[in-house]
Amino acid sequence: MAQRIEMSGVHAYYGSTLAVEDVSLTIQERHITAFIGPSGCGKTTVLRTMNRMHELVLGARVEGKILLDDEDLYDPGVDPVAVRRTIGMVFQKPNPFPTMTVYQNVAAGLRLNGARRGRGSDELVEQALRRANLWDEVKDRLHRPGAGLSGGQQQRLCIARAIAVEPEVLLMDEPCSALDPISTLAIEDLMLELKERFTIVIVTHNMAQAARVSQTTAFFTIAGAGQPGRLVEMGPTATIFSTPSQKTTEDYVTGRFG
Amino acid sequence: MRGDRAFRLVVTAAGIVVLMILAAITIFLIVEAVPALRADRANFLTERHWSPDENPPRFGIAALALGTLMTSVLALLIALPVSVGTALFLTQYAPRRVSVPLGYLVDLLAAVPSVVYGLWGLIVLVPHLIPLSAFLADHLGFIPVFASNQTYGRSVFAASLVLSVMVLPIIAAISREVFLTTPVEQVEAAYALGATRWEMIRTAVLPHGRPGLVSAAVLGLGRALGETIAVALVLSANFDISVHILTPGGNTIAANIANAFGDAGTIGRGALIASGLVLFAFTLVVNLLARAVIVRHRNTLGAPR
Repeated sequence: MAQRIEMSGVHAYYGSTLAVEDVSLTIQERHITAFIGPSGCGKTTVLRTMNRMHELVLGARVEGKILLDDEDLYDPGVDPVAVRRTIGMVFQKPNPFPTMTVYQNVAAGLRLNGARRGRGSDELVEQALRRANLWDEVKDRLHRPGAGLSGGQQQRLCIARAIAVEPEVLLMDEPCSALDPISTLAIEDLMLELKERFTIVIVTHNMAQAARVSQTTAFFTIAGAGQPGRLVEMGPTATIFSTPSQKTTEDYVTGRFG
Repeated sequence: MRGDRAFRLVVTAAGIVVLMILAAITIFLIVEAVPALRADRANFLTERHWSPDENPPRFGIAALALGTLMTSVLALLIALPVSVGTALFLTQYAPRRVSVPLGYLVDLLAAVPSVVYGLWGLIVLVPHLIPLSAFLADHLGFIPVFASNQTYGRSVFAASLVLSVMVLPIIAAISREVFLTTPVEQVEAAYALGATRWEMIRTAVLPHGRPGLVSAAVLGLGRALGETIAVALVLSANFDISVHILTPGGNTIAANIANAFGDAGTIGRGALIASGLVLFAFTLVVNLLARAVIVRHRNTLGAPR
């Protein structure tokens, strides 16, 4: 299974503005990698270049190389739709489809990926909901609106929707920032289970969360307003939070700025 | 505080005036219509002929009501896919420098006076429609709707086509506005699942826009139901009841009022006003139905939390 992502010399632009400068890093397979850093440092932008969501913004583009195993995701012959099927995403704000039921939300991706999976979708929906630790809470209300669930349940519904299509990598953009501590804990437990099957990259503002769930941490920062974000350093989470090699990282993780 | 009270008085008065106008119109319609309906020797609801000024007066709404519904519904059926397609193209596919001017042009269609549409329909559309109608009748004639053995031209089909062009800008403009308000989160959720653009539209844009599309369709239907002069010009009127859309004939309530009002006697005028009352009822029912559809949609689905 292709699960390892390698970025080299990645620049990301919004129109003529350089948002992220020269990022090179490796995401380990079946690992949780956390992106931390102050607001505006480009960590979400970097995340969105990995499944080609970045280019959906008008005028946005990417330079550099991003490999999923040995396949260049930005090769002209690569269909961005196929990339997004392989690399799923969970967003900051839970965004179940409001007109769909719980069941339809989970099945939405399966249906997109063609009628070929039409049969047996009941089992696939149940499996995805079980993996998202949501099955017991929703099994009696599968055909009620997904938007009727609580915020934390909605976010796990979105995770179920993302993993139902069996991606190889799961990108999570501050998945807990809109949730209460209990729901946050549920999502973190879930991430630790999911890493057995999926490679996970999480953007988070919560440094304690990065320390709890990730094995590798990347620290991004910006020199000042209007400057592009860049990667300062990346390493084992324990090292980044105790003995980072850069002064800025140490200042950030010890709470001296950011 | 004083300004506040004065303002409150002004807006309350404005609200009451609207209600009073509505009430005045309704009362006017009923008062004028009742004597004619009393004089009617035929059943107003089932009679298809319209001879109110003869002795005894015989007139009914049947043919007019059917003609009105047929032309309007057919116009809606033609206009809806075209205008939703237009709105999707403008909001989802066209680059900005194309979509903005094109949007203005579509809006401009709504500004063309209906008499111009009528003349265009009569002089340009009807002659060009004859081969198409003939083709439809020859090849689909086994379906009763398309059956026709006469010369084709100023038919229900032609009137519906003109009406569809007239309602298209309304439906397109509302659909466009609704599609533009699709939340980015929904669009991104669909794309992140690996949706193509069309799949994204089906999963995010269309479900979000459905209540708006219903309102747009109803507004369009309302316009088509009430349209007078274009239909009066294009349709060669008679009082037959038939579902053959390609044959000349049929009539609508509004067009009949325009055609017959000038020559109408006392009972004739009252009879026409009675038909206007029926049209009023139609649009009222259509609007209520649409409201019910939208409210139900809002209650069961789509409401956040």
